[in-house]
Amino acid sequence: MAEVSNEYAVQMHGITKSFGSFYALTDVNLDVKKGTIHSILGENGAGKSTLMNVLYGLYQADSGRIYLNGKEVSIKNPTAAIENGIGMVHQHFMLVDTFTVTQNIVLGAESTKGGIALDMKKAKANVLELVAKYGLDVNPDALVRDITVGMQQRVEILKALYRGCETLILDEPTAVLTAQEIDDLIKIMKALIKDGKTIIIITHKLKEIQASSDECTIIRRGHYIDTVPVKGVSEDELAEKMVGHAVKLVVEKTPAKPKETVLDIQGLYVKNDQGLDAVKDFNLQVHSGEIVGIAGIDGNGQKELMQAVNNLVPSTKGTIKINGHEIQNHTPRYGQDHGMSIIPEDRHKDGLVLSFSCYENAILEKYRDPKFNPGFTIDRKKMVEFTEKLIKQYDIRPETCGPVYAGALSGGNQQKIIIGREIANDPKLLIAIQPTRGLDVGAIETVHRTLIEERDKGVAVLLISYELDEVMQVSDRIAVMYDGHVQAIFKQGEVDNRQIGLVMAGGSIDGK
Amino acid sequence: MESKVRKALRNPFALTIIAIILGFIIAMFILAVAGFPPFKSVGILIKGMLGTPKDFTAVIIKSTPIIFTGLGVAFAMKTGLFNIGGEGQYMVGCIAAVAIGSWLDFPAPLQIIFTVLAAVLASALYAGLVGLLKAKKGIHEVISSIMLNWIALYLNNWFTNTNFYHKPNTMGSYPVRESAYTMILPQWKRSEAGLAVLRNNKFLLQVLGRNDVNVGFIVAIAASVLVTWILTRTRKGFELRAVGSNIHAARYTGIDVEKNMIQSMMISGALCGLGAAFYITGQQPHLLNTLSSSENIGFNGLSVAFIAQNSPIGCIFAGLLFGGLLYGGATLQSQLGAPTEIINIIIGVIVFLVALSILIPRFLDTHTKKEKPQEVTAKEKEKKKGAGNV
Amino acid sequence: MFNTILLALGITLMYSTPLALAAQGSVMSEASGVVNVGIEGMMTVGAFFGALIGERTGNPWFGFLCGGLAGAVFGLIHAFASVTCRADQTVTGIAMNLVGPGVSLFLCRLFYNGGVQSEPVKNKIPNIFSKNVLKGAASNLNVSWTTLIALLAAIVIWYIFYHTTWGLHIRAVGEHPAAADTLGVNVYKVRYICVIMSGFLAGLGGASMTLSVVSQFSPTAISGQGFIAIAAVIFGKWTPQGGYLAALLFGFFTALVVLLGGTAIPIEILSMLPYIFTIVILVLFVGKAAAPKANGKPYIKGTR
Repeated sequence: MAEVSNEYAVQMHGITKSFGSFYALTDVNLDVKKGTIHSILGENGAGKSTLMNVLYGLYQADSGRIYLNGKEVSIKNPTAAIENGIGMVHQHFMLVDTFTVTQNIVLGAESTKGGIALDMKKAKANVLELVAKYGLDVNPDALVRDITVGMQQRVEILKALYRGCETLILDEPTAVLTAQEIDDLIKIMKALIKDGKTIIIITHKLKEIQASSDECTIIRRGHYIDTVPVKGVSEDELAEKMVGHAVKLVVEKTPAKPKETVLDIQGLYVKNDQGLDAVKDFNLQVHSGEIVGIAGIDGNGQKELMQAVNNLVPSTKGTIKINGHEIQNHTPRYGQDHGMSIIPEDRHKDGLVLSFSCYENAILEKYRDPKFNPGFTIDRKKMVEFTEKLIKQYDIRPETCGPVYAGALSGGNQQKIIIGREIANDPKLLIAIQPTRGLDVGAIETVHRTLIEERDKGVAVLLISYELDEVMQVSDRIAVMYDGHVQAIFKQGEVDNRQIGLVMAGGSIDGK
Repeated sequence: MESKVRKALRNPFALTIIAIILGFIIAMFILAVAGFPPFKSVGILIKGMLGTPKDFTAVIIKSTPIIFTGLGVAFAMKTGLFNIGGEGQYMVGCIAAVAIGSWLDFPAPLQIIFTVLAAVLASALYAGLVGLLKAKKGIHEVISSIMLNWIALYLNNWFTNTNFYHKPNTMGSYPVRESAYTMILPQWKRSEAGLAVLRNNKFLLQVLGRNDVNVGFIVAIAASVLVTWILTRTRKGFELRAVGSNIHAARYTGIDVEKNMIQSMMISGALCGLGAAFYITGQQPHLLNTLSSSENIGFNGLSVAFIAQNSPIGCIFAGLLFGGLLYGGATLQSQLGAPTEIINIIIGVIVFLVALSILIPRFLDTHTKKEKPQEVTAKEKEKKKGAGNV
Repeated sequence: MFNTILLALGITLMYSTPLALAAQGSVMSEASGVVNVGIEGMMTVGAFFGALIGERTGNPWFGFLCGGLAGAVFGLIHAFASVTCRADQTVTGIAMNLVGPGVSLFLCRLFYNGGVQSEPVKNKIPNIFSKNVLKGAASNLNVSWTTLIALLAAIVIWYIFYHTTWGLHIRAVGEHPAAADTLGVNVYKVRYICVIMSGFLAGLGGASMTLSVVSQFSPTAISGQGFIAIAAVIFGKWTPQGGYLAALLFGFFTALVVLLGGTAIPIEILSMLPYIFTIVILVLFVGKAAAPKANGKPYIKGTR
C-alpha cells in the first residue's frame, strides 16, 4: 500500500466487498501511478472485475477508501465515477445494438437544442474530433450491431473519452480481438498515455501484460497478492503468483493416431439472423483419434456453424456427415443418435437447466434412452446411480450435490456435469465449444485432459475456442476460420501464434 | 441458525397464507371506507361459505370448474406457457359437451363417456391451436389466447341460437340428456326411499338434497394427483418441465421443443375441458346460455393457479377459497348490500401480494448476518511476502 | 359508395380511438422494458372514473383527465411491483385486470344504487367541428376531439422516442438497461415514468370509450380492447407510429362488423371477425424479433 499522494491517479486501500455471505474482495489494495498502464492480473473469479466495478461505482464496497489524485472520494454510482474522470470498458460491451455509434456514445450525455431535443449534428462532430485525435477508426452513423467487435470496443473507448475521462478501465479488452487488433489496441493505449491519461487493464493473459503494461497488481481469490513492475518479471513468475502454485503452461499429450473420417463437412452454407451467409463453403474433416481445433475471432461464423451442426438452424447448402450419414437439416436429436455429443459454449443457457437438480441435469439426454428408462416413467434409482458415478468419476463438488439445484454449483463443477453427461453417451464425435470459458486453472486442466483421453479412446474431437493458446496447445490440427470458411489448416507446431493470428485476420502465410 | 419466523417467511405456503390474510384486511378496509361494517361483513362472508353443510357443499360444487381451469393453467405454467385462454377452452368444452350430450342418445355410462370426451377433445384442440401458433409462428400465447377467448364467446352465442340446438322461447340451448348427468344419486334422492333416508339425516339432507352434488370434485382431486405424477415422475413430464425451465437447453440437448409446447397446451386445454364437461353434466341447468360477457371460469382459474403458485394440489385449496368467496360474496350482497365485486378486489389483491411475496426471502437474504471472510492461509501469506522480492 | 367509405372511415376512427390511446400506453411501457398486460384493467378504471366524474360534474374534459389519472394510479402500482419489487410482471398485470374492474364495479354499485351501469353523461366530449360545418356524407368525418388527441399522442410520443434525450433514454433502458445505467441514466426512474404514463394513456383510452364512443360506464364498456391494444403494439413492432396504425386497422375491423350488421351473416359470426383478423394478421406479418430486448426482465443494479 503506497502513501496517499497526487502522483497516483487511483488509489484503493483496504477494499472489502461481499455478496450475501460470499466475500468477493477482502482488504484489497491498488495504487496506479498517473500516466501509466497498470494491469490487474488474476484468474477468472479472482475479483478483478468486482474491484473495478467498485471503482466505477457499480458496486459499493463494504469498507475501504478510494483516492483519486491524492484526494479521498466516494463513488456512489457510475455518474459519480464519470464526473470524477473515470471511464470503463466492460468485458461484455455495454452497447445498445439497435442504436448508431453516435447514439451509443452520447447516451446519458447528450447535446441538446433547448434542453430536450437531440442535437445529433453537434454530437457527431464531437465524435469525429475524438476519432481523429486518437486514431479510433469507426463510422459514427453505423448501427452497432453491424460493426465488428474490434470497432465496438473503440465505440466503448470513445464513450469514455467523450465524457472527458482521465482514467480508463479496460476489462479483459483482448479476449475477442485478433493479434493485429490487439497490436492496434496497444497503440491506441500508448496514444492515450501520451496524452496524459491513465489506463487500468484487467486481464489474465500474461503476454499482453508484458507487451503493454508498466506495473501489475495480482489478485487471487479476492485477496491482494502483490504489485510488481512488469519489466524484469517472467511470465512463469506472474503465473505462479496468479494461481498460487507452479503451473504447467503446456498441455502434455502423445502424437495423434488419426484413423477413419468421422465428421465430414462439405461445402456448407449457413445464414445468420440477418439472413446473410455467415458460413460460406465450409469444408472440414475430423478423424477418429484426433483433436481438430477451430481457431478464429468471434463472429467469423463459428456460432452459426455450430448451430447448423447441431441442427438448431438450417443449412442452406452442403452436407454434414457423421460416419457417412448426412445429418444436416434434421433435428438436434438426429445428430446425437448418430454419435455426436456437444459441450455447448454457454452452459447456463444451452447446457443446463439451472433450476433442475444435478440428477436431472445428468440425465437430460439419457432419460429418453430406452435402455435407461424402458417405461413411461423416469427410473429414479438408475438416475441417482448414474449421477453418483459421474460425480465420482469427474470429482464434481460438493459430492453431495446430486439433489441440489445445478444453479448452486460453481462454473467448473457445472461444466463437469455437462462433460460427464456428454461423454457418457459414448460419442463417436465430441464437439467442445469454448469448454473452459470462465473456469479456473484446475478445472481447465481437467477439461483438456478429458478431451485428450477421449481422443486416445478413438473419439473424433472438434474443439472451437476463441482462446488461441487453448486451440494451439490442445489440437492436433488447427483449422483457421475466417469470414465463414476455413482459411487454412495447420498441423500442431507448424506455425506460431503470430502467424496464425495473421491468418485469423484474413491474411495468409507465404507458401501456404 | 435462522429463527423460526425467518424460516416461516421463506416458506411459500406461509407466505401465501399471509397474502390471503392481507387480502382480507385490505378488503375490510375498503368496506369500512365504503360505509359497511368490516368485521360483520367478513363474518357474513365466512358464514356464507361455511355456515351449513349445504353451504359448504355448494362451495365445493361452485369451486369444481375453477379447480379444473386452475389445474390447466398451473400445468401450462410448469411447462413455461402462460395459458390465459382457459376461458375460451372452457367455453368450447361446454359447447362440445352440449353438442354431443343433447344430440346423441345412449344409455348412461356411454352417454357420459361420449359427452366428457367431446368436451375434453374440443378444449384440447382449441388450446392446441394456441400451442401451434406459438411453436410454428412465434405468436405469443397470451395474445392468441385472448383472441380465441372472444371467438369462443361468440361461438357460444352462435351455437346456442342455431335452429338445431336453440330451445324455443328461452335464451339457451337444449340441455344434455339425463343419461349424461354426473350428479351423485340424482334419482335416488328424489325417490320415496331416498327422501325417507334424507329426512332422518339432516346432514345428508343438506349435502345431497339441496345441491347438485356431482362427481366433478372427486375427478378434480384425481386429476391433480395425476398431473403431479405426470410432471414429477414421467418421461413426458421431465421433457415438459425441461422445456418450461430452460427452452434453450432443452432444444440443445435434443428435446423437440415445438412438439412439447403443443402437447402441453393440449393437456392444459383438456383439463379445462374436463371442468366444462362436469359443469354441464353435473350442475343445473345443463345447457348453454346466450352470454353478454364471459363467465370468467378460465380467468378465475388463472388466479387459482397464481395463488396455488402452480402446485396442482394447491389448486384444490385455492379453488375452494375462490369458489367460497364467490359463493359467500352473494350472501354478502343479499344481506348487507355490499357489492359482490369486493370478491374480485380480494382475489386481485391476493394474487398481487403472492406475486410480491418473492420479495420477502430476497429481503431476508440481503439482511442476513454475514460469515467472517476467510483469511488467506498462513502459507499463502508467506508466499505473498516472498513474492514481493521478485 | 363514397358515402359508405366515409361512413366506414368515421366509424373506424371512432372505435380506434380507445385502442390507439391504450396502444400508446402499451408502447411506452414495453419500450422501457416493462410488460404491461394490465392495460385492460387500467382502461376499465379510466372508463369508470371518466364516466363518473364526467357525469357528476357535467364536464366531460375533467372526467377525461380523471380517467387518465385513475389509470396512472394503477400504473404506479404496477411500476412498484415490477420495477421496485421485480415481481412477475405478467402476474401483477393480471392482478391489475382483476382489481381494476373490481374497484370500478364496486364503486359503480355504491354510486348508482347497486347498479352496474352509470347514469349516461349529460355532455359527451364534443366533436371537432360544430354541428353544421360538415354537410352530408362528410359529416361522418366530424369525429370527436379524443380522436385527434389520440393522433396527437402518437405524434408526440414518436417525437419523444426518436428526437429527444428522453426517448434515447427510454429506448436504451428497454434494450440494454445495464448500458444505460453505467452511463448515468436512472433505469428505475425511466421505467417508473413510462409505466405510470402507460397507465395514464390507458386510462384516457378507457375514458374516451365512455365519454365519446358510448356515453356511460357498463361492465362491458371495456371488453378486450386492452388486449387488442397489446396485440396492436406487437403488430406495430413496438413503435408509436406502428401501434397507432395497427389500432386504426383493428378499429376498421370493428367498423366492418357495424357495417355488415343486418346482412345475412349472423351477428355472432361477424362479431368474431376482429379477433380472427387479429390472429390472421399476426400469423401473416409478425416476425419473432423487434421486441425490446430487456422487455419483461426486471433490472437489478450491477447485473449485466
